[in-house]
Amino acid sequence: MSKAYIKAISYYLPERVLSNEELVEQFPEWTVEKVAKKIGIANRHVAGKDEFTSDMAVKVSEKLFEEYSILPQEIDFVILCTQSPDYFLPTTACMVQDRLGIPTTAGALDFNQGCSGYVYGLAMAKGFISAGIAKNILLITSEVYSKHLHSTDKGNRTIFGDAASASIVSTDGFAAIGNFELGSDGSGFENLIVKNGAMKTPKSTSGDDMDDYLFMNGSGVFNFTIDAVPPLVESTLSKNELASVDDIDWVVFHQANSFMLNHLRKKIGIDQERFLMHMENCGNTVSSTIPIVLKEHIDSFKSGDKSLLAGFGVGYSWGGTVLTFK
Amino acid sequence: MNQEEFIELFAEQFDETEIDEFSIDTAFRELEEWDSMVALMVIAMIDEEYNVKVSGDDIRNSTTIADLIAVVESKK
Repeated sequence: MSKAYIKAISYYLPERVLSNEELVEQFPEWTVEKVAKKIGIANRHVAGKDEFTSDMAVKVSEKLFEEYSILPQEIDFVILCTQSPDYFLPTTACMVQDRLGIPTTAGALDFNQGCSGYVYGLAMAKGFISAGIAKNILLITSEVYSKHLHSTDKGNRTIFGDAASASIVSTDGFAAIGNFELGSDGSGFENLIVKNGAMKTPKSTSGDDMDDYLFMNGSGVFNFTIDAVPPLVESTLSKNELASVDDIDWVVFHQANSFMLNHLRKKIGIDQERFLMHMENCGNTVSSTIPIVLKEHIDSFKSGDKSLLAGFGVGYSWGGTVLTFK
Repeated sequence: MNQEEFIELFAEQFDETEIDEFSIDTAFRELEEWDSMVALMVIAMIDEEYNVKVSGDDIRNSTTIADLIAVVESKK
């Protein structure tokens, strides 16, 4: 079995910035600044009116190719994680393959996961590498959640930001991908959902039904993380033959919001110095949060360092793994 | 469970409402500062201090701080 590594990571944030000041102007009666301070977010980026998941996926991949001198011809598989695809069908990854000039001999697929998406993507990519199905996989996360949000939904507009990330998973690279702990609990499906617009419940014709937009039961999701994340960390450690969090140099959680992360961090007993964060100027970017943190702290990782990754949220769905840096 | 201590911890989750405005009979959801963020902070406080998980429904079904204390005690 070939070992799988992360070889490259880049991310992209759309140009338009939505600041706390702008939110305060839009919701003068609401304590935006107080809430924003607690959740640790000052700015979030929002995709342009004519900018979609495929566009951001292409932009971030081009950035990655340039930054790491990679040619599109080297890519033999495209895996794209999104919950805001351009179309029901075809798969966004096929359009991205074509627009990037990746050979038609490359496989391509989308998968639908949110906050756990990057870990799931690494798991699939590692599986493809280990099985000899592919050698140089372009793993993309790209979300335009802003298009799922109602303009009056101050809470979610404060939390979520749009972003895309691109990584290369290959037979060689800077971080070896360890073993995985993955889980799901669909009993919580209604707590973070865009109910209308697919087959089961079509979008309203009036356009003012809140079920046309993203709904989040904040306390429900928070309680899910309190239940799920501590055992996720424990199982991820034991699957990687590590006795405790003290055997880990760095911890990267999905950047849900800093209030929730600090609660989980203290509950699990992880020191602040090893707990990496990056969301103040991009918000919760769903499946892109983990690669954004990795990229922002890439110079901190020394040879032999281990970093635990944990993604959790919508589904409910969760996943963890350990990276070992070369 | 020490009620005075719970009220104090509960009051700490508020920035603007003074601690002496809180008593066992305070209808906390009617406080001007109460919002979904404070609700999450109360859930976190109860998890941290009492190792008890209260749900959003538990909070919505409570009127006074005494009601919430009863929920926490029933789950201990």
